[in-house]
This record gives sequence, structure tokens and C-alpha cells, in this order.
Amino acid sequence: MEQTNSQLKNQDTQSHEWDTRLHHATKATHEDWIGRGISYFCIGIIILVVASMLWFITSKGIATFTQNHVSLWKFLSGTNWAPDQGKIGALPMILGSFAVTFAAAIVATPFALGTAIFMTEISPNRGRKFLQPVIELLVGIPSVVYGFIGLAVVVPFMRHLVGGSGFGIISATFVLFVMVLPTITSMTVDSLRAVPRFYKEASLALGATRWQTVSRVILRSATSGILTAIIFGMARAFGEALAVQMVIGNAAIMPKNLISPASTLTSQLTTGIGDTIDGTLPNNALWSLALILLLMSLFFNALVRFIAKRGQLKHER
Amino acid sequence: MLKQYSFEETAVQTFDDKTSLAMRTEDMQVFYGSNHAMFDANLAFPKNQITALIGASGSGKSTYLRSLNRMNDGIATVTGKIWYHGVNINEPGVNIYEIRRHIGMVFQRPNPFAKSIRENIVYALRANGIKKKAELEERIEQSLKGAALWDEVKDNLDKSALSLSGGQQQRLCIARSIAMAPDVLLLDEPCSALDPISTVKVEETLLELQKKYSIIIVTHNMQQASRISSQCAFFHLGHIMEYAPTGTMFSNPQIPVTQDYIAGSFG
Ligand SMILES: Nc1ncnc2c1ncn2[C@@H]1O[C@H](COP(=O)(O)OP(=O)(O)OP(=O)(O)O)[C@@H](O)[C@H]1O
Ligand SMILES: [Mg+2]
Repeated sequence: MEQTNSQLKNQDTQSHEWDTRLHHATKATHEDWIGRGISYFCIGIIILVVASMLWFITSKGIATFTQNHVSLWKFLSGTNWAPDQGKIGALPMILGSFAVTFAAAIVATPFALGTAIFMTEISPNRGRKFLQPVIELLVGIPSVVYGFIGLAVVVPFMRHLVGGSGFGIISATFVLFVMVLPTITSMTVDSLRAVPRFYKEASLALGATRWQTVSRVILRSATSGILTAIIFGMARAFGEALAVQMVIGNAAIMPKNLISPASTLTSQLTTGIGDTIDGTLPNNALWSLALILLLMSLFFNALVRFIAKRGQLKHER
Repeated sequence: MLKQYSFEETAVQTFDDKTSLAMRTEDMQVFYGSNHAMFDANLAFPKNQITALIGASGSGKSTYLRSLNRMNDGIATVTGKIWYHGVNINEPGVNIYEIRRHIGMVFQRPNPFAKSIRENIVYALRANGIKKKAELEERIEQSLKGAALWDEVKDNLDKSALSLSGGQQQRLCIARSIAMAPDVLLLDEPCSALDPISTVKVEETLLELQKKYSIIIVTHNMQQASRISSQCAFFHLGHIMEYAPTGTMFSNPQIPVTQDYIAGSFG
């Protein structure tokens, strides 16, 4: 009994000593605090910037409707854009934006898929050594360069081919096609590479050909990744301003065909933003266009998340 | 300290003309680039028997097995001859899709596609040109029965294959392979990811399947080899050291390296 008690006591004093040792702050804990402090600070700033941007664009964008009392429906469906005369129908630009975006995505997707399949399945070595750097380079080229090439090459070419000025939706589509191709391709390559190797082996071992394996197993299981790639490409096309503005002709009229001057939300914004006075209807109307762009990019984001979630479900089930 | 064994001292059985063989390799060598992974592999596999390939990790069992249905194409260089129905299938002009249809393969990790149970089997059949609905249905049922999975899944054929247990998934992979009516079935450690009960199920399935198919199975599990196989080959560092009927191999191994491996006093 005596002995156990003294042992216990001994343990108690020891644990007290350990208590202080384990609780006092060392260099490591200080570093922990500092690190956490810095990252919270940075996150705080970013949140602040994003929130104020959203608030700024939204409040300015809805001023057209709250202060100038333009009806939302008229704004969305009106075909006449002459803000200095009080006419702000944004439909031509909305149509223009969607037209060039979808057209570019539709043209680019087959090329991107073909290139990505070549790079991952047909010739992975050459793909990695040669095509990969080329595509990375293309992603990094500033859009003004694409626009400039479009202006110098595509527009004159279209002028010769079909007549007219050469400016228009088809030239914009072509420039955007070249711009989104590397984006879609490189993301598709990533998603094809992410397909587990054992799917491919399982398919080949069953006597399936390489083509059957690619089309029915690899593409199928990479579907959500490929859709995400296409949406990213579309988001890029939808938001691209400079290159489009240089080749589309910037006429705020309903696009009658693919080869006459038209405009997009972005091209109208970049063209018009310098000539308007803050707080007037023409200025507010441009902010409303910006708001549409913002909403669309939120929509693209939501779509990507939705697809990612569905893709995950499919694999977990 | 790894013990050195002579690669000259081997005990590899051969079969007389009366034994009908499923397939056979003659002086097969495998190279991964400059890495010589398989040396002079001479093995013959009797029809309708289970042959087990055993050996330490890295000894070349998978390398050997994958060469048999040309799954090493594009990964490794395989030289020598692989005889199947009197044809050397290790030649450029041979149709590899046809080979893989007749020589099926099941992998270590269950690898069903992220499709329904039915689709997993239909995929294999469609890839091989079978499209008629009635025949598809019949083959689905037969192959699932053959793999002893039918009773567990017959009411849920449209359920995702990924919702099955590991053991069920592996039996689905076996079903998928036998749906094409191959005559040789290659299995690379098919039970290593499975619990003991699922393992027993797969083993029972294999014992049943050997009536129709010739089976070559890689296994790390000596008990499994002795439970199910008739012939057993021991691999060591890319060499086939001993090949004998399983009973003989385990009770009376001929050469030191096999004796040590089976006694567990290896290296
Ligand atoms: N794809 C590959 N590329 C290069 N070398 C390989 C490849 N696969 C196997 N090897 C080499 O070949 C040798 C034999 O490997 P293998 O996978 O056939 O062994 P194993 O007997 O199946 O081993 P385990 O029991 O671990 O599966 C090893 O030295 C390995 O490094
Ligand atoms: Mg192996």
C-alpha cells in the first residue's frame, strides 16, 4: 500500500512536469500560428475583392432597370441597340455571343478529341514530346496575337472567299476555334490519361480492338472530364473580348448571316466603354451587358461542378 | 543475404504425345527494353487441367502469363514460340483479337467497367461480333452461372457492377471472360484482393470450370496452388526452375531452390 501510493505520487509529479512540457509553445507552434494568420489574411482579402466586384457589377448592372426604368424584357429581347437614343435592345449581342461560342465549340471539339486520342492512345511518346509543348505554347499566347492574326489573315481570306467585308461571325468563330482548341485539347488529354489503365487492359483482354476500347471504354469513362473541357473552352470563347472585337466587325445589329459584321457582349463592351459617361443610360447599359457576362460565367461554373458531381456518382455507385 | 542458386539445375517436366496440350511455350524470352525478364521459358499446359505458376515477387510470373495472350504487345519484346493449336501465335501476322477471344484473362484487381452487370458481359460479346438479343441473353445467363454468380445477381442484372463486393466483381470478370467461350483461361492472382470466403467461391468456380477450360493461374498462395492445381511451375528470377504435378512438387521438390521456397526458408 505504502509502495503503491509513493509510486502514484511519483507518477503525479512526473505527469505535471510533462504537462508543462507538452503545453508550452515552441518555435513549431509559433510558426503554425503565423502561417495560419497569413493564409487567413490572404483569403480575407481575396473574399473582399471578389465580393466587392460582384456587388459593384450587380449594382451598376441593374441600374439600367431600377434608375432608367428600362424593362428587363425589352433589354433581353430588343433588337435595336442605340443607347444614346435610349434604345437598348441587347439581343443582337446576346445572340452574337452565343453564336460564336457554340460554333467555336462545335468545330473545335472533334479536332480536340482527335488530337487528344492521338496523344494518349495512338502515339503517346510523340504526343508527350512534341504535341504537348506545342499545345501548352498555344494556350499561353495572348489573345491580342490571335486577334491580330485573325485580322491579318482570316478576315482578308473570308473577304476573298465569300465577298463582303470579311468581318463577321464566321471570322470570329475561326479565331475562337483556334483559341479554344488548345484549352479543350489539353483538358481532354488530362481526362483521358486519368482513365484507369485497368479499364483499358480489361477491354483489350476481352479481344476488343483498340478502336472499340477507345470509343466504348476510354471515352465513355472520360465523358465528364471531356464535357468539362468543352465547357471551359466555351467559357473562354464567351468571355474573349479583344480577339473577337478585332474580327467580328462590331455592328450592333441582328446577325443576318455568318459573314456580315455583328457583335458580341464583350466586343460591344470594349468598343463602347470609353465613350460613355458614368451614371448615364449608355454607361449603365454597358454594365448590364457585363452583368450578363458575369451571370453566364457563374452558369458555366455551376455546370462544371454539376458535371463533376455526376461523374463522381457514376464511379462510386 | 540472398542465397545464390544455379540456373543450370532445373527440373522441368515434359509431356508425351498422348497428353493433349492446351498450349505450350518454346524458348520464350521477354525483354522490357534492356531488362531481360524471362529466360528460355519452356512450359506445356495439359488440356482441362489447372496449372499454377508460383514464385517470389518479381520472378516473372505475370510477365510470362501476359505473354501468352499477347497482352505484352507494345509493353515488352517477346521472342521464341508460343504454340496454340499447332500455330505459333507469337508471330506478326497473327490476329491478336482472335487470340484474346480464345485465351481469356482475369486480372489481379477486379476490373469490371463502370457499367451494369449485364453491360459488362454484353461488352465482351459485342466486341466479338455477337449482337442477337436472344443469344446475348442466353450467354449472359450461362456465363454468370459458370462463374457461380447467377443466383446472387439474377434479379439485378442492371445494377452497376461497381456495387458488387470484390469477390462478386472478380467472379463477374471471370464470367465476362468465359462469355466468349474461350478455351484457355489465364488468371493473375485472382484472389489476392479477396477475403477467404470469396476466395473459396472463386476456387470452387475454377475447379468447376476446368471441365470445360484449361486454366493457368498465378498465385502467391501455396495452399491455393495445392488445393486447386494439377500441375505447378516454380519461377525464380525470370527462370522456370521446376515444373511437376502439384502433389509431387509440394511433397518431394527436386532441386534446392524449390525445396527452400516450399519450406519457406528462401533466400
Ligand atoms: N511493365 C513493365 N515494364 C518494365 N519492367 C517490368 C514491367 N513489368 C514487370 N517488369 C519487370 O519484370 C520482372 C518480373 O515482373 P513480374 O511482374 O512478371 O513479376 P511477378 O512474378 O508477377 O511478381 P508479383 O508476384 O509481384 O506480381 C520484374 O523485375 C519487373 O521489374
Ligand atoms: Mg504479378
